[in-house]
Amino acid sequence: MDAPEEPLPPVIYTMENKPIVTCAGDQNLFTSLYPTLSQQLPREPMEWRRSYGRAPRMIHLESNFVQFKEELLAKEGNKALLTFPFLHVYWAECCDTEVYKATVKDDLTKWQNTLKAHSSADWLIVLVENDAKKKNKTNILSRTSVVDKIRNDFCNKQSDRCVVLSDPLKDSSRTQESWNAFLTKLRTLLLMSFTKNLGKFEDDMRTLREKRTEPGWSFCEYFMVQEELAFVFEMLQQFEDALVQYDELDALFSQYVVNFGAGDGANWLTFFCQPVKSWNGLILRKPIDMEKRELIQRQEATLLDLRSYLFSRQCTLLLFLQRPCEVAQRALELLHSCVQELQLLEVSVPPGALDCWVFLSCLEVLQRIEGCCDRAHLDANSAHTVGLWSYATEKLKSLGYLCGLVSEKGPNSEDLNRTVDLLAGLGAERPETANTAQSPYKKLKEALSSVEAFEKHYLELSHAAIEMYTSVGRIRSAKFVGKDLAEFYMRKKSPQKAEVYLQGALKNYLAEGWALPVTHTRKQLAECQKHLGQIENYLQSSSLLASDRHLTEDERKYFCQEILSFASQTDSPGHRVVLPMHSFAQLRDLRFTPSNAVVHVGGVLSVEMTVCSQMPVPVHVEQIAVNVHFSIEKNNYRKTAEWLTKHKTANGIIHFATETSPFPASQNSLPALELYEMFERSPSDNSLNTTGIICRNVHMLLRRQESSTSLETPSAVALEDGAHVLKCSSVTLQPGANTVTFRTQAKEPGTYTLRQLCASLGPVWFVLPHIYPLAQYDVYSQEPQLLVEPLADSLLAGIPQKVKFTVTTGHYTVKNGDSLQLSNVEAMLILCHADKRAVIYSNTREKASDASLRVHSSEKVTSISLPAAPAYHVIEFELEVLSLPSAPATGEESGMLGLTEPQRKQKDTQKAGHCMATVDHKVSIDCPWSIYSTVIALTFSVPFRTTHALLSAGTRKYVQVCVQNLSELDFQLSGSDLVDTRGSTGLRLTPLNTEAQQHVRNQQSVYFVWELTWAQEPPPSLCGRFSVRFCPASEEQLSVSLKPYIYDFQVENFFTLYNVKAEILPPAGTEHCRTGSLCSLAVSVTRLSDLLEVDRDEALMESDQGFSTKLMYEVVDNSSNWAVCGKSSGVICMPVAAQATHRVHMEVVPLFAGHLPLPDVRLFKYLPHHSAHSAQPDADSWIENDSLSVDKQGDEQLDGGGGGGRSRGGAHSASSSEHQGLPMPRLQALPPGQVFNSGAGTQVLVIPSKDDHVLEVSVT
Amino acid sequence: MAVCVAVIAKENYPLYIRSVPMENELKFHYMVHTSLDVVDEKISAMGKALVDQRELYLGLLYPTEDYKVYGYVTNSKVKFVMVVDSSNTALRDNEIRSMFRKLHNSYTDVMCNPFYNPGDCIQSRAFDSMVTSMMIQVC
Repeated sequence: MDAPEEPLPPVIYTMENKPIVTCAGDQNLFTSLYPTLSQQLPREPMEWRRSYGRAPRMIHLESNFVQFKEELLAKEGNKALLTFPFLHVYWAECCDTEVYKATVKDDLTKWQNTLKAHSSADWLIVLVENDAKKKNKTNILSRTSVVDKIRNDFCNKQSDRCVVLSDPLKDSSRTQESWNAFLTKLRTLLLMSFTKNLGKFEDDMRTLREKRTEPGWSFCEYFMVQEELAFVFEMLQQFEDALVQYDELDALFSQYVVNFGAGDGANWLTFFCQPVKSWNGLILRKPIDMEKRELIQRQEATLLDLRSYLFSRQCTLLLFLQRPCEVAQRALELLHSCVQELQLLEVSVPPGALDCWVFLSCLEVLQRIEGCCDRAHLDANSAHTVGLWSYATEKLKSLGYLCGLVSEKGPNSEDLNRTVDLLAGLGAERPETANTAQSPYKKLKEALSSVEAFEKHYLELSHAAIEMYTSVGRIRSAKFVGKDLAEFYMRKKSPQKAEVYLQGALKNYLAEGWALPVTHTRKQLAECQKHLGQIENYLQSSSLLASDRHLTEDERKYFCQEILSFASQTDSPGHRVVLPMHSFAQLRDLRFTPSNAVVHVGGVLSVEMTVCSQMPVPVHVEQIAVNVHFSIEKNNYRKTAEWLTKHKTANGIIHFATETSPFPASQNSLPALELYEMFERSPSDNSLNTTGIICRNVHMLLRRQESSTSLETPSAVALEDGAHVLKCSSVTLQPGANTVTFRTQAKEPGTYTLRQLCASLGPVWFVLPHIYPLAQYDVYSQEPQLLVEPLADSLLAGIPQKVKFTVTTGHYTVKNGDSLQLSNVEAMLILCHADKRAVIYSNTREKASDASLRVHSSEKVTSISLPAAPAYHVIEFELEVLSLPSAPATGEESGMLGLTEPQRKQKDTQKAGHCMATVDHKVSIDCPWSIYSTVIALTFSVPFRTTHALLSAGTRKYVQVCVQNLSELDFQLSGSDLVDTRGSTGLRLTPLNTEAQQHVRNQQSVYFVWELTWAQEPPPSLCGRFSVRFCPASEEQLSVSLKPYIYDFQVENFFTLYNVKAEILPPAGTEHCRTGSLCSLAVSVTRLSDLLEVDRDEALMESDQGFSTKLMYEVVDNSSNWAVCGKSSGVICMPVAAQATHRVHMEVVPLFAGHLPLPDVRLFKYLPHHSAHSAQPDADSWIENDSLSVDKQGDEQLDGGGGGGRSRGGAHSASSSEHQGLPMPRLQALPPGQVFNSGAGTQVLVIPSKDDHVLEVSVT
Repeated sequence: MAVCVAVIAKENYPLYIRSVPMENELKFHYMVHTSLDVVDEKISAMGKALVDQRELYLGLLYPTEDYKVYGYVTNSKVKFVMVVDSSNTALRDNEIRSMFRKLHNSYTDVMCNPFYNPGDCIQSRAFDSMVTSMMIQVC
């Protein structure tokens, strides 16, 4: 029993409050049991089931036991729940019915009546039994009867309202049991009472709330009622429920304010609209702020008072619930909503008062949270508290501005008055924080006391906020606070401190591409830089701002003027400020003239640039220069030409990517891929080696992404000092697009790359460090060149052909009188026409002019005087040339080989069939620009190929000439003629050609035949010269008479000496030959003439009968139709006399049936090895030895149709005989002209033999 | 209703930002930009939750004395930020949600335009008029 004797105790609203239980009856007994009771009661939790479907809760019950008094019982309408006795307990120790009847019963009745009078149904009678006492009066009946009697008398139907507690002070199991039963009963009844009474209370409360639309309703009254409930929940440690009560009150109040704003005002609310007079912030250090509560109770609280009190209660409960983070969060909401509500309710607040209140409240909340959390937890949850920090900072800042603490001169008297008023509104410091050094009250007071103190506190708070924002990763917020700080520093005239923050913020905005903040921050930064005297930075910022479209025209002009006025200062001539160009002007496009950007040395190149000025006013620029990098590369003209076709548009314009916004880092974070096909060819034969795709701007793509450092750091702009500069002086750039033209005369050959663009305004230089995409032009120098080439694919010999002369003048200027001197070649004529014209083209292949061409031919030299032409022009003209057939072969030359083909004397490129023979003519030309002669080889092809053949018919002879046209042209042949060059009198050539003119189409042949007759003894050889006139069939009239085509040849030994006749006779008695049966072959060789010149050789033998010669015959059947039986060859001695005949018979067997051609009979001259050794070797054996080679030679001779093989055959034989070392006779095939085979072509019918089982038929 | 509506790209640069004409535009730019801190925080906290069940609406980001800043993030991490006057207490969370949904639909239409280059500033007239309708309703 705490203070049972005390009168109605003043309610102390602390957490020491417990539900009240009254005690009646035996006070001494209760006092003895109290320690055990108060200790045991809260030991075990009970489940509290509640109405309205609320979640059941486990609850540890505690009680405040007070002595029963009638005054304690609540009267009707008393809303105080905390002082409400929830249970009434009557303590009795009575073992005797008599005693009971005598004393206890009356007392009990009186107690019961009192309770009934107050309609309190929550009671309990405890009967304590003592064994010690029981032993004295052992009467079980009586004992039972006391309990029964009590139950009978008082507990009708509620027998559980009487509990027996046995031996409560003993330590026995029975005692324990009865204690447990008692405690359970006590708890149950307590909870029952709670449920019942709280339920009733809540119902009443709800009823009260429903009345809120009634005119007399007061929020404060209702507040006190609901708070009572909250107190009880808090008392029962049900903080969650308690918080709900406050939250409900909070929401109700907020709703009223909102409704008020909507025009639905409640009467009671007007009271809260009284002007704010005190702004001493939240008080969170006390669990219950009694001052404020009383104000509410008295209905004197202001809005801030109510809010403060409500929040302090919520804060307390949240801290009990271990939710400090929520405190911070709710605090921020509260502060915002308070400010809002004051506005909404149109409460008059002195300026700055609210700032004070918010500032104090923020710090109070923060300190309260710090007070109940450890450091680590606090740091982890700084995300929640940081808002309060920055809010406090903001408020302190506005207070500082309000009280003139930020201004340069310090506060004036008006400011001081205001400060005093504000401090007055704070009132006195509260006792609970009086001893704290860092209390919010003290801080504010100090901060407002002086400029220095304010600065200290403001910086402290700002830094704390920035640090916390940074630590929770809210960089943007940190930058924003930093910017505020920078503004403060700027006001305090310490721009060097402000700069860091402004730079940081600007970088952040730039990186994320926020245009408006960038502009604003840059403006601040520019001012800062101006104060700091950072000229370069200031000018750069100014140029950026002057081009910033988010600024007004006037502001832009101002910043532009800043640059211009700096530029006009000439006091520091050496100093130069280099700034990036993009803010000043942007390069849009660039156009080269000539459009392929290739010029020859001395040529004029112009570069036309479109530069878009970003400045708001026209700017006069002293000079615009393009730095050009020069590189000498070999062969770069070709390279650029290739490059140009791929990269440059046809009109030679290069477009530059326009930076639409100044935030490349964010919006165009990566440039577009520039992919190109790539082919690599082998240098020798131009075949494809490699192919692929290359990315041309890989250096841009793979570059490390830096957050736009290039935009802000002027040091990145390096000026290149190149020797080659394109300049354009005194240009006025109007806002927007301007065209600037640079002109240059090309000097050294090489590649010129435009690197930097630089515009200078006095000491200010705007530099575009890189021009990308690459802009290049090339200068080349060319040596004069002469090119001579046929107009057609190939030149044909013999007819006029056109040849084109191209003179590329290069760096040489062709003057009047310059001429080309062509040294004449005998076999090639240059045909001169009077009206030749030369055309002069400019370097770009445009026709410049044409002039007549004068050609003078003299004996040795043809001189072509060139028309005057400037350098780097091209003169073109055509000349006709005629390659004469080479001089006819002279007799001496042909004598060596017997037969001459004139073509073969030329370069022997003729192959077996189709290729034309060619003739090269080398012309040496002296050019005016060179001391050396140019030698030009012209290759002419001979359009014809000619062959001849000797044909025999007995002793009559014919010469056949075949002319084959190898060219693609058709020719007209006429005047064919064949003469004997020797002019032998006896010989006559009779043409058998009927047509006077022959048309020979391309790839076709024409044959000409002459009969050869002679009067006397035939000459041993014929030197024929075939000539034929020809002209192209298409051209009617040729200006020049063409030389005829000539073909020389020689035919020897064409006179027929022997007639060979072979005949096959069937066996005697049969009509036809049969296969397999022997037939006889009769060969007769007849000499047709007497001794002639040609016979005089080694084989000729002289005897007394006359001359004879040795011949060898041979029967060869190459087609294997016949089998020769016995000797197939033999040597005969032939008398050299006309009509001398030699006959030979041989046996042959036909192998096939059918019409078989006769076997060949060949005749050879049989030459002795040496006249001294007249040994006669066996002809057969000799033939076996060497027949192959002989045969071959013989074949050759036959094919060739000439007689030239004799000496070669002979030589061969001689060499082979010498080689073998044997005295071998030599064989010499007779020239085909000397032997006429009269049986050639005859066939013999062979019929198959009867007994052949297999019939073989050969068709030949 | 709204005093400022902003669409912010994944990379945090503004695709669209518009505020009521009378007010200081710059202030809203700063405010929206600063609110991205909270958006980022919320998104990264949300990243732990299942992607499918993700709530696009981020709720109140940033209360200030005068304004409330609400956020919404699309699946492609494009953020919508809406600034509402604090005095406009009639505005409930549900209404904010539906406004965001409307904004999202309109943004989707913009993205469906074949001539719109994703990542460019939004210049669609339809989108603009929709935003205007959101801002005008207050009067």
